[in-house]
Formats: sequence, C-alpha cells, structure tokens
Amino acid sequence: MTSPSPRRVIPLKVEPASSLTAEERSAVLAACARLKNLPGALLPILHAVQKALDFVPHDSVPLIARELNLSLAEVHGVLSFYHYFRKERGGRHVVHLCRAEACQALGAVGLEEHAKRSLGIDFHGATADGAISLEPVYCLGNCALGPSIMIDEQLQGRVSAARFDVLMAGLRAPAEAK
Amino acid sequence: MSAVKIFVPIDAAARGVGADETARAIAAEAGRRRIPVELVRNGSRGLLWLEPFVEVEIAGQRHAYGPVQPHEVAALFEAGFAAKGLPPGSHPLAHGPTEEIPYLKRQQRLTFARVGIVDPRSLGDYLAHGGYRGLTAALAMQPADIVASVAASGLRGRGGAAFPAGIKWKTVLAAPGAQKYVVCNADEGDSGTFSDRMLMEGDPFVLIEGMTIAGLATGATRGYIYLRWEYPDAQRALEAAIEAAYAGRYLGENLQGSGRRFDLEVRMGAGAYICGEETSLLESLEGKRGQVRFKPPLPAIAGLFGKPTVINNVITFASVPVILERGAAFYQHFGMGRSRGTLPMQLAGNVKRGGLVEIAFGMSLRELLYDYGGGSLSGRPIRAVQVGGPLGAYLPASQFDTPLDYEAFAEIKGMLGHGGIVVFDDSVDMAAQARYAMEFCAIESCGKCTPCRIGSTRGVEVIDRLLSGKNAPEQEALLRDLCDTLINGSLCALGGLTPFPVLSALNHFPEDFVKTKRAQASA
Repeated sequence: MTSPSPRRVIPLKVEPASSLTAEERSAVLAACARLKNLPGALLPILHAVQKALDFVPHDSVPLIARELNLSLAEVHGVLSFYHYFRKERGGRHVVHLCRAEACQALGAVGLEEHAKRSLGIDFHGATADGAISLEPVYCLGNCALGPSIMIDEQLQGRVSAARFDVLMAGLRAPAEAK
Repeated sequence: MSAVKIFVPIDAAARGVGADETARAIAAEAGRRRIPVELVRNGSRGLLWLEPFVEVEIAGQRHAYGPVQPHEVAALFEAGFAAKGLPPGSHPLAHGPTEEIPYLKRQQRLTFARVGIVDPRSLGDYLAHGGYRGLTAALAMQPADIVASVAASGLRGRGGAAFPAGIKWKTVLAAPGAQKYVVCNADEGDSGTFSDRMLMEGDPFVLIEGMTIAGLATGATRGYIYLRWEYPDAQRALEAAIEAAYAGRYLGENLQGSGRRFDLEVRMGAGAYICGEETSLLESLEGKRGQVRFKPPLPAIAGLFGKPTVINNVITFASVPVILERGAAFYQHFGMGRSRGTLPMQLAGNVKRGGLVEIAFGMSLRELLYDYGGGSLSGRPIRAVQVGGPLGAYLPASQFDTPLDYEAFAEIKGMLGHGGIVVFDDSVDMAAQARYAMEFCAIESCGKCTPCRIGSTRGVEVIDRLLSGKNAPEQEALLRDLCDTLINGSLCALGGLTPFPVLSALNHFPEDFVKTKRAQASA
C-alpha cells in the first residue's frame, strides 16, 4: 500500500477528545486491537484494560466504543453493570472482603467493621497512603474456612481481626520484605 | 533411593491457609536432610478443616497429616513421616492412611473421583487414572445414543434448578443450526458452595471431557467456560489443562483422529451474581450487561449469539464422563426417587469439619451436619442452616431429618440447589439474615423486572420498620404481601426465590423479629 490513494479518505469517526495519558491510550488501543475480533469482545477488553491500568478510565469508554463500533451507552452500560470493574484508580493493593452468609456465620460482620475502622475507609475507598483499596465481595468460594478475604488475586482464609492486621501490615511494608 | 512422593494441595482454600508456605518448608527441610522428595501439588481432598493437608506416599499408600503449618514440618520429618506411615495417635497431626479416614471412606465419589488424587496440571496423570474413557466411548457412539445415555442416567442440572440434562441436550440435538454452542456455567456465586471451584482446580480435565462429550452429543463445535473473576486459581488450572488437551488432541479440529471438532476457551465474569442465571450469563458472554432474558425461547433453541446452546453447570458436565464410561445404569443406581446419582455437598459456615462430601442422594441433612460436619465450629448448638445458597430457605433443627433429595426439599419450601449448606450457631440473628437476603437481592438485581429491582429495596425498609416494633402486625402483613409479589412477579429466580430465606426466617424464627424479645436476647 505504498502508492498514494487517488481519493482522500475522510474518516467518519474521528478519535474522541480525551484526558487519557499516552500510556493509558495505548494500553486501551492495544487491548482493543488484540481482542476486538473475539465474539462478545467487550468484557475481555475491559478485563484487559483493568489488568493493564488497574482501573478502567472514564475516557477509555469513547475509545472502546469507537473500536468496537458500539455506542457510548452500550460500553458505559456494561462497564457500570459489573461490580468488578473499577472506574477510578484505587490503592496499590485491592482487598476484597467477603460479606456472604457462610462468612457471616463465622464473624464476617465483625471483620468488616474492624477492617473499615482499622483502615479508616469505607467500602470502595482507598487508604490515605494509597496502599489499600477495600471492596465488598459476595462469596470467594472458601466457605468452609471463612471469614475470607482476597488480596489482589490471593485468597486468605480464617481471617481473624489480628490476622487481618498482619496481612495489611504486609501490604504496607516495603517490597524487599516480601 | 527413589524420591518420596509428598502431596500438598494447590487448591485456593488450602493456599489461603498456608499450603504454599508448607510446601516450601517441606522442600527446604527435605533438602536439608538430603531426602529426595517429589512434591506434587494436587487438588484438595475436601477435608478442608485439615488444610494444609499433606500426604506422603509410602509403598503405594498415601498417609495423611494436617493441618500442617510450616513450623511443624521439621518435627514431622524428625518423626520419620517421609520413611513410614505414622499411625493416628502417634503424632498429633497424623491421620493414618488417607483412604481410611471415615469422612472420606464413607463418601461415594463419582464426579470427584480424581480430585485430590491426581496432579491437575498433568494430562498423563488424568489418563493414568481413567480419564478420557468417557470420551473414547462417546466417539464410538451416535449423538442420539449419547443423549439417550445421559437421559437414562437421570442426571439433573447440578447448578441448582435440577432440570434433566438429557432433555436439554436432546432439544439442542434436534434444533437446526450450522453453529451450536456448549457453555459451562462456572459462575458459582452461591455462598456456601465451592464444589465447582474445587473440581476446576483439582481435576480440570474432567470438565473439559464432559463439555467435549456434550459437543459430540449435540453437534456443537465450540465451548465456553464462563468463570467468575473470584476464581483466579481455577482460571490458571483450566487454561493450563485446555492447553494440554489441545496438545494431546483432546481438543481442536480432529479429536483423537475422529475428524470431529471441539474448541474451548475460558471467559471471565466480572462480579455479578445474576450472571449465574443462564440467560444473563449468555448476555454477558455476548459482551452485554448481564440482564435476564425472557423465556421462551429457551437457550437450547436460541442461546448464545442466538444459536442452539447447551448450558450446564460445572458439576453437571463433570458427571458426564463417568456416565459414558460406566454406563447410565451404574450412575442411575445411586440416589433416591427422582434424584439419581450423587451430589457433591458442601459443608460451610460455622461447622467443625467443613468440606466436600460427595454422596448419593437420600442421606438426611442431620447425618451430614453431625456425622460428617461434627456440629458447629464454635461448639454451640446449631440453630439454623441455609441450604442451597442465598436464595435457599433457613431450616430449623426440626427439619434436619429431611433427606437430601430435590423433591423432599421442595416439599418443605426449601431447595437443595447447588448443594451448599451454611451452618449457623445459636448466636445468629435471623432477622438480620432476612434483612441481608433482601439487601443482597437489591445489590445484585439486574434491574430488568420491577418486583426484584424495587421490591428488594422496599423489603429492606419494611423489615427495618418491622424490627422497630411500630405497627408490627401491619408491617409483617406488608412483608408477606411483598414476598408474594416477588415470588409470583419476578422474571427469574433471583427475585422469585429471595423471599424463601426471608419467609423461612420469619416462619421458623418469629421471636427474632419481635422488638422486645430482641432486646432481651441482646441483654
């Protein structure tokens, strides 16, 4: 395709204005390029964006919509439907705390209160030092060994208040402690 | 000196209580003592209160130790656990030969036959333990005969709805269409359930085999496993197994040289309980909001991307290989009434010996709670159990003699569902549990139908007013009326079943809803 086209092509869809950084923009476009030909590509793309950026920026919506030939409403509707997708940048580590019945039977309500009090945040919040986000989750499939939490992708069972504190301190410790 | 085989589970529940650290400690201690060890990361045996559950193979027999914390590893080596089986009693962590542990010995493991035994990453191990015999049988059969075999086995959908799998498959086989799909519902969202997770992590090939057989039976050439994001360990296990199955020609364009094709991939959910409902799962797979579809058309006629689709739960598919391998009559022989075969029950919550118990239908709930479960973990009396997930009824002790059978549970306005049993001791506040059921419905409602979307929020409010004690009889009447609307007016089971935990709490534990009695109880 080196020879110049005799006619000038005017794209019907120009790239929407956005506040994404160059790095964010290229992560979104790379996810779209890699996955957009899958049948039902939108969820895999949103997962890929969140994996790359830790959240799905608001301004990625028009870009994804353009790449998949969907409306803004369709992409926004999907993004906002699923609890897992974060719309804002959170802490460096995400702690999901199980609120479901099997963990309740083992004191999850008390653990939730302890977590919120000790971290000084509510659900969907992040600690002031940027280390930890706290999210609710409804069952981690660890129902015989509750109360359960998941730190990033690592499940933890039998989480007492004391063990919670130890785990949180580990997240705040410098990386060489690991 | 040949290496000693030591098994430490890679199951997420085991890792959540330190199995990785224990495995590292074993490797390090063995190195220090110059004992050659082959460390196998197996699935969990399902005796979850003993995790990390370490097994040592001595003269072909596996000996069990647990729960083994890293700091206890050196003492076990010192006691000689790598050289001989320590009998129970000789060491505080020793349980003797694994197969002789009563909790395990009394089970009838058909679907979970290999879980905890094989290395879930190894296709060779799967084959060595009888894997892919079901597929081999299916490849020699006509599609209609495979469907007939599944129908004759009496297998019903293990996700919760208990619809006969054979009828579903027959509908897909008969549906015209150049492209059909097999979809596995691995969105195991019910609290108190973890059998899907354990199976996918401990024996992923059996799920792949079951789905492949479903493809052969119905003419579907492409499959999807819709897996919840909360199960990253299962995702890794499945993706590794799928890769190995492709390499071994158990997936792909020419299955074992038969000329038949089946492709399979894993798709991740994103935290929506409603996507466990089959039509909203299909919407989600199509890249949309997980909103429930109207039925008809059934997914068997117009499912994924509008094409005929077999959609079943993990355990349903994973039960198919043994049916094809050993025959429908073998499987059908287990069970009672119209509930045939086995159900992997999951003992969860405040229970002393929580874990996975696969048994034929028919055992009483009481036997499961006390003989297997050993009563509550706290040691206090068991006051209530919730069977069948967050939409299942709360049962009082007077109903513990109900046999584990779909119809028997329906008779007491309960449901077996996916086989999860959550145990609560006498410290439970049943009004709080009823309120939570409505709150959960409000959080997870897809919003498509009004009774569920609005009714759940109104339900929380009316329970709050009832508990405040003002006009209590009127509030109770209103709550019952609202529940009636939810049951009869909702589009799917989320709105339609949320009243069951609410009403069962209200009917069986009315004292928890009376303000004065609540004040006394908390005093």
